[in-house]
Amino acid sequence: MNSRSTPPLKNRNRARFNLRGRLALVIGALGLCSVSLIGRAAYVQLINHDFYQRQGDSRFLREIPIPTSRGMITDRNGEPVAVSSPVESVWANPRELLKAPDRLPELAQALGVPLDHLTNRLSQRADKEFVYLKRRINPDEAHRILAHKVPGVFSQREFRRFYPQGEAMAHVLGFTNIDDRGQEGLELAFDEWLRGKAGAKKVIRDNRGRIVENVDLVRSAQPGKDLTLSIDRRIQFLAFRELRNALIEHQASSGSMVILDVATGEVLAMVSLPTYNPNAIGQVGAETRRNRAVTDVVEPGSTMKPITVSAALKAGAVTPSTLINTSPGYMSLGRYTIRDVPRNNGVLTVTGIITKSSNIGSVKLAEKLPNDYFYSVVRSFGYGSAPGSGFPGEAVGILAPPARWNGLQKATMSYGYGLSVTPLQIARAYAALGNGGRLVTPTFVKGEHHDAPQVLDPAIAREVVGMMETVVTQGGAKRAAVLGYRVAGKTGTARMASGGGYARGRYASLFAGLVPASNPRFAAVVVISDSQEGGYYGGLVAAPVFHNVMDGALRLMDVPPDDIETWLAVQAKADAKLAGNKPAAAAAAMPASLDDAADITDSPTFDAPPPVAVQGTGGVR
Amino acid sequence: MMRFLIAVLLLANVASAIGVIYARHRHRQLFVELSRLERSRDELNIEFGRLQLEQATVAESNRIDQIARVRLGMKFPETNDVVVVRP
Repeated sequence: MNSRSTPPLKNRNRARFNLRGRLALVIGALGLCSVSLIGRAAYVQLINHDFYQRQGDSRFLREIPIPTSRGMITDRNGEPVAVSSPVESVWANPRELLKAPDRLPELAQALGVPLDHLTNRLSQRADKEFVYLKRRINPDEAHRILAHKVPGVFSQREFRRFYPQGEAMAHVLGFTNIDDRGQEGLELAFDEWLRGKAGAKKVIRDNRGRIVENVDLVRSAQPGKDLTLSIDRRIQFLAFRELRNALIEHQASSGSMVILDVATGEVLAMVSLPTYNPNAIGQVGAETRRNRAVTDVVEPGSTMKPITVSAALKAGAVTPSTLINTSPGYMSLGRYTIRDVPRNNGVLTVTGIITKSSNIGSVKLAEKLPNDYFYSVVRSFGYGSAPGSGFPGEAVGILAPPARWNGLQKATMSYGYGLSVTPLQIARAYAALGNGGRLVTPTFVKGEHHDAPQVLDPAIAREVVGMMETVVTQGGAKRAAVLGYRVAGKTGTARMASGGGYARGRYASLFAGLVPASNPRFAAVVVISDSQEGGYYGGLVAAPVFHNVMDGALRLMDVPPDDIETWLAVQAKADAKLAGNKPAAAAAAMPASLDDAADITDSPTFDAPPPVAVQGTGGVR
Repeated sequence: MMRFLIAVLLLANVASAIGVIYARHRHRQLFVELSRLERSRDELNIEFGRLQLEQATVAESNRIDQIARVRLGMKFPETNDVVVVRP
């Protein structure tokens, strides 16, 4: 029994202690654990790897931008006219900085601000991590401030645009905003080209924001590309100065001047007044910021007449010597009477119409032409279409098609009323006359060329330039003459339109010309509005500006004189006067000029024999 | 044979690991060097720009005009002062 009774006990114990089962359970549980661990690891490492990598990296890896500068703008000779220069902005982390209050007086002194100012500013922003201490200062000054090594004070680089030419080139260049984006002028037109692409790099930073290690370059910074303009800084300044002086002298409200290279259409100078200082824009009105040479339209007045004559010659209706009777000097056009200024010119040749600027003559020439033909010729000179220089806000002007003309439109257009053009368009049309009838596209970029369609027979263009020469030699623009050069040009005086009619006593004085007339290099247009003093005729107000600027420009660009005979004649006359009338003055002048000569030979010693002292030392050796 | 192969693979593995470490290290070194050189290039470019700006400011037409006329007492030659020389 006993033996019977024990086995069940034994069996019961054995049944209770199931080693295999337990082992399997433990292994199973552990196996499940590790499977889930491995699964989790696989999930983290393989499936969701990117997410965790990003999260991890973002704890210490930072992508920081690499600032880059905007391209430089230079004039045609490589002189910088718009330069980006680095400036530093000093900033602080107030949390960190306020932990070391004992350094604040030192910092305030370095910044040059009162201490309470600084502490106020910091305590107001104590919970922030960023506050500017001083913006856009000279890098040297910033380095001096940083040299104190006050904790929590840093600096960052920014770029500022400088315009060394200041107001003389303000309208052409325009300006940029605080983000270094072009806002007006060529800065806007070529913004894509000039703008750099900021780069980026990955760095490891510690918890204070200091860079521990540069890890990788995400993309390198691409500095903006430089731009070479067709503008010549010296001619630009000359035009600016002369136009400004003329505006002051005549108490005029505004003015503009354009000088084109006749052969290529390159803009050599473009001035608009009143102007502003692009280095400190501040509160400059839109009225002042507008580039009048490109955006303001004006009725061309008599500067239109060479185009009327070109049309008549092109149609074969007249030759330069055809006689036109302009008597009695006035003419009724519907409700209006037009007259020649100042008097009846009688019978004129076609050349004489240009010389005397006869309104009657122009009307009679236009009458010989069909409306469509006259319109198409005027349009072929680029009037009524955008000049295509790429300057922002280029005006198209007003040129109504024949279908919309009233009965008198052709007559008034023939002497420059009833259509509006910009100074740039006038310069372009004159350049076409100057280069044998090819209509160039104005450009501000040096060396950029467009196709120039032939709009006028070269022989006719030469004839018209010849006619315009008589304006300067015999007509109303003697003040435009440049000694030593033959000048072709045409004056113009237009009443200024305002509020639907012509304003009383407000005139635009124009002069458009070509030099040297034998083979024109420059086409220049001067427009001065609202002359109050000293007359308002183009020949009195605008022509002297043309003279002054061209005199300098021809010299600066080394254009050979094509009229030495007149120059010699003037000189002979002056010599005779000097020798005959004022021998004493001439004698007095002699020593002075000798002194000058001595001064000149003093500095450049390349060709001159070396001075005695130098020879002496040479001998000692 | 098998053992030999495993040993070779192990060695290759270790060598490759060291190679990776070396390449990584070299990359960082070179990157630091590159950053340094780029920085000095930028500094030089900026210095150049500043000097150009300074030059342009000093050479500003208005300023030269004023100095020539006022301080140096220069003037533009009058018509009578110019002598035309026939070639």
